[in-house]
Amino acid sequence: MPAVAKQKLAELKRDATEDRLAAMSLPEGAGWAAEARGAALARVREMGLPHPRDEYWKFTRPETLTRAEAPKAALFDGGEPHLFHERDRLHLVFRDGVLDMIASDALTLDGIEIERLSDAMAKDIHWARDVYGVLESNGQNPVQRPLAALNTAYASDGVVIRVIGKPAKPVCLTYLHESEDSDAILHHVVRVEEGAEMTLLETGPAAARFNKVMEVDVADNATFHHVRAQGRDHERRAVTGTFARLGTESTFKSFTMTVNGVLTRNECVIELTGDDAVAHVAGACVGDGDDFHHDDTVFVTHDAVNCESRQVFKKVLRNGATGVFQGKILVKEGAQKTDGYQISQSLLLDDDSQFLAKPELEIYADDVACSHGSTSGAIDETALFYLRSRGVPTAQATDLLVLAFLAEALEEIEDESIAEEMVERLSGWLERRAA
Amino acid sequence: MLQINNLHVKLEEEDKQILKGVDLTVEAGKVHAIMGPNGSGKSTLSYVLSGREGYEVTDGSVTLEGEDVLELEPEERAALGIFLAFQYPVEIPGVGNMTFLRTALNAQRKAKGQEEMSAADFLKLIREKAKDLKIDADMLKRPVNVGFSGGEKKRNEILQMAVLEPKMCILDETDSGLDVDAMKLVADGVNALRSEGRGFLVITHYQRLLDHIVPDVVHIMADGRIVKTGGPELALEVEKNGYGDILAEVA
Repeated sequence: MPAVAKQKLAELKRDATEDRLAAMSLPEGAGWAAEARGAALARVREMGLPHPRDEYWKFTRPETLTRAEAPKAALFDGGEPHLFHERDRLHLVFRDGVLDMIASDALTLDGIEIERLSDAMAKDIHWARDVYGVLESNGQNPVQRPLAALNTAYASDGVVIRVIGKPAKPVCLTYLHESEDSDAILHHVVRVEEGAEMTLLETGPAAARFNKVMEVDVADNATFHHVRAQGRDHERRAVTGTFARLGTESTFKSFTMTVNGVLTRNECVIELTGDDAVAHVAGACVGDGDDFHHDDTVFVTHDAVNCESRQVFKKVLRNGATGVFQGKILVKEGAQKTDGYQISQSLLLDDDSQFLAKPELEIYADDVACSHGSTSGAIDETALFYLRSRGVPTAQATDLLVLAFLAEALEEIEDESIAEEMVERLSGWLERRAA
Repeated sequence: MLQINNLHVKLEEEDKQILKGVDLTVEAGKVHAIMGPNGSGKSTLSYVLSGREGYEVTDGSVTLEGEDVLELEPEERAALGIFLAFQYPVEIPGVGNMTFLRTALNAQRKAKGQEEMSAADFLKLIREKAKDLKIDADMLKRPVNVGFSGGEKKRNEILQMAVLEPKMCILDETDSGLDVDAMKLVADGVNALRSEGRGFLVITHYQRLLDHIVPDVVHIMADGRIVKTGGPELALEVEKNGYGDILAEVA
């Protein structure tokens, strides 16, 4: 880009950023929280909010995520309870991004300490200080993620979880979307202490526009499981950032299912900092219609010996839907014996739908095994005919093949009963997708 | 039961005429065999009957119990009672064999206005049918035909037939790729399904399958037509002398 154009772009970005910031106000908090917010705000100003000409936003238009006013999103009643409702869980309910203490369970569970973000931020001394905005800030290099910094600065609610044991049940966050023009910014902080283990579930559309950041610090020998469902409001928008730091012999597994929504950008930034750590991140996405746009952007950094990372993303796209995958594995110098795997695949049910993929490997160690693959394909006509010849109508046969295609991603969910619940719900959604 | 009149079919892509006037009637309760050299149009006939894309019917008609078959989609033909046992059963990774069978059975029941079968009843049914065909629990659990041996695939076809209980069974080269024991197992499965109300059309290149599934009528197909029809002895003649004599005789 010529210098003049570069300067022009910087000016455009600065103006757009200031427009957005002018429409917001920083929530209050204690010294450390104000400091973290202030630093994040400075980062936002320094970077500027994403612009369509930014390389990292080449495939996804950021305007509706960055502009001051959230685009309206019609409410949607799927006529069914949110996922995980029958599960034994610690249940927290957010309405358009605000924790509803009455609808939620009490914040007590053996093995964890859980607080509302604002309560943690009101305290002068809090462990979350070492994580809040810290992992997000680490994740700004080498690629900038200004919407995550914006989140750190302005997040108005969220939960702060310290895992010290092995709680008997998962924590489940249900995000209700109840207002057409809600604009929610949530920030969760999780620290899984040495040897501890937890499962976090998330479900629901959250808001008309949703910006969510979750920072997860997984200590040595600790385990964090994350399963979320982003459904099913057709018009909602979401940008999410998951930032994870993994200690020695720790495990991080995250799975996301996305159905509907006009715009979803899920960024996941993982740093393997301790030897023998394992990180899996996977997603299954079903998109329908030319206003559907779904983007998985993943960045995994191997900075320790003998770590394993897996990225498995599958998208089914029809009627002009767009899917994006930007995935990178960075193996730093000295990160020997790295086992890195990345696959992104799309099933395109018609010629109007498209899948844009940018898989990347960057390796500075010489004794590693890394592989990546990306494919786009149509439905298997032979299999479709086989099913139809047995009496299964085309639409139902297609659904069956769609589920089969997504199975590889869904198998990444460790807990079989959760995987089954996801498959069952997905199958119902496919059947009624037009509704 | 199945009435084929003057059926003319060409390949859509190549504009090549494959069937050039097939006339055939299969009565309920009867087993008809079609034999013929490679390229005579046997498999095309089976595909056209099942509704596979890529074939254009240029003339003639096909009815099952008086209903026009050619107008129907493949799934409607299945619900009407047509079943094709594939020469090359299709592998479907990610779809469990049980799920496949149950989905097919319930789709057909739904199309006929019947209630869907409960999971428990289905399990009972499938266990009973699978046992006769020596299909074990593992084969039922695995994805459809994935990693199945040739014999397992063909047994799986017959299992589907046994579960779906079609009126008109078409077996396309079911003996291909089978050793003697597997063929016996498959043939036993087919014979167990022979009944008053069910017609069979067994397409085969060799006579040996017909030792096990003894046909009532044997047709010889060549160059897109039925050129000779007879009893089981016709199959033996082919076995002994090849197709050459018959083709020379009708030429």
